[in-house]
Amino acid sequence: MIDLYTRRRIANATGLTIAVMAMAFGLFWLCWILWTLLERGLPALTPMVFSQMTPPPGSSGGLLNAIFGSLMMTIGGTAIGTPIGILAGTYLAEFGQRGWLAPITRFINDILLSAPSIVIGLFVYEVYVVHVKHFSGWAGTIALAIIVIPIVIRTTENMLRLVPSTLREAAASLGAPQWKIISFVTLRAARAGIITGVMLAIARISGETAPLLFTALNNQFWSSNMDQPMANLPVVIFQFAMSPYEDWQSLAWAGALLITMSVLTLNILARVLFRQKASTY
Amino acid sequence: MSMFLHEARLKRQSIFDSLFRNLTRVAAFSVLVLLAAIIGSLVIGSMPAIHAFGFGFLTSTDWDPVNDQFGALVPIVGTLITSFIALLIAIPVSFGIALFLTELSPRVLRRPLGVAIELLAGIPSIIYGMWGLFVFAPLFADHVEPWLNEHIGVLPYIGPFFSGPPMGIGILTASIILAIMVIPFIASVMRDVFDVVPVMLKESAYGLGSTTWEVMLRIVLPYTKVGVAGGIMLGLGRALGETMAVTFVIGNAHELGKSLLNPGNSISSALANEFTEAFGELYTAALIELGLILFFITFVVLSLARYMLYKLGQREGKAA
Repeated sequence: MIDLYTRRRIANATGLTIAVMAMAFGLFWLCWILWTLLERGLPALTPMVFSQMTPPPGSSGGLLNAIFGSLMMTIGGTAIGTPIGILAGTYLAEFGQRGWLAPITRFINDILLSAPSIVIGLFVYEVYVVHVKHFSGWAGTIALAIIVIPIVIRTTENMLRLVPSTLREAAASLGAPQWKIISFVTLRAARAGIITGVMLAIARISGETAPLLFTALNNQFWSSNMDQPMANLPVVIFQFAMSPYEDWQSLAWAGALLITMSVLTLNILARVLFRQKASTY
Repeated sequence: MSMFLHEARLKRQSIFDSLFRNLTRVAAFSVLVLLAAIIGSLVIGSMPAIHAFGFGFLTSTDWDPVNDQFGALVPIVGTLITSFIALLIAIPVSFGIALFLTELSPRVLRRPLGVAIELLAGIPSIIYGMWGLFVFAPLFADHVEPWLNEHIGVLPYIGPFFSGPPMGIGILTASIILAIMVIPFIASVMRDVFDVVPVMLKESAYGLGSTTWEVMLRIVLPYTKVGVAGGIMLGLGRALGETMAVTFVIGNAHELGKSLLNPGNSISSALANEFTEAFGELYTAALIELGLILFFITFVVLSLARYMLYKLGQREGKAA
């Protein structure tokens, strides 16, 4: 017969051991995935990857057009999404104390934040691609911008709320109009946090595949025309990885390594830049 | 004269003020417009399919593009089952991770380990998919699935779910990869809500002689249960809508297999695979209706998640 005290100690030890194992379990996958990427991606990561176009099946080539396309659309999506996100986030934090708009927007925004990205792709297909009748880099850019907006709204609002109101009051007591207070005092004070949010948004969209499938599609050749189908890393990786050709598969691993490294670097940079947690889940 | 100038300047500033306020208001309003536009465009896009199949779309297992017969049951069931199994795996693991990060971890390691778990969330889903297809699925087929067949497949009741050809790709593999993907989301919400438990409450329990495990189960968990549920729903929302990781490993077979080892399909992977190749109005409309169903399900789940997290947030405000 085990006495109560021993039983409680055993339960405690078991529970805590399981917790440690759970932590190890989580880290195990992270290490395994990163290891696979390095193992398969590094040998494939030759200078050719950066200097040549995506090849037809069975021949060697690079990812230059895909890297370029991804960069263009990521920059475009960020450039469109960020200002809207910052403005809306400002409204929620600075003007949103009263009225019906702010609470509803906040709620809807939180839902859009985790809405399935493939549905965003469908939406852009329906309202844009169908009307211009062809896939294009612009369509991809719009889809990515729609993903950026909720992330930036969320972090902007959170960061503005951290700015002490004494700062606002001090500026107001000097006679500054509200638009000046917000743009030159509060937004500036929250700058580091907002930049963090934008970086996390960039990290998120640079790996997004699903919304690009129906919008930018893909392009085997070099194209800097945003009004044409545009190559991009995620879709190229998807297509090449699913193919039976070994050349294509190894290029897919090189692309996967590139994307993951840039996404993780952005994530880490964002956290170093702003040590306080900027949550975007 | 200078008085007059001053007044003009004041007036100008107040015009700027209202311009600025309205600009931000328009931006905030655009979020609502966006949501309405997404729902509206999906409904309009799926009209042909809604007219053609009505409610039967939800209960039919047909998926025959050649004869224009479509039903959504297979992908809907696939989406729900994979997400459900993923949660079964992810919830206990996330709880363990959150417990470790809030109570057990040495202070120095707390932040780096927390960041490491968040990085797991940062890895793009297509990478999970590739890794699942090329690394995980073959290992799973060689080592785990034969074992499942032999040991669990022979049991009564649950046996049939775990028997079948060990192919590596299928519902179970997709669920496991989904679980790995949602663990960081659920774990970081749990960690955050565990952090809001007043230290006083925990210290009192410790003072009465509770063990760490008892404090977690009897004090922290009851106090944060709404938030924990919210975090789980958030993870569920992610799992339901996840596309690329699932597309690689689920097998994309439009059939309702009895076993979890069989290939299946989910809403998002059906969309990813078939949408750009869909021919004909009805085929496209059926796929868009799938998207609409997916959006509806995730919308409900995420609304519940947010509602629960808000409720916890309100209590936190009251306690302070």
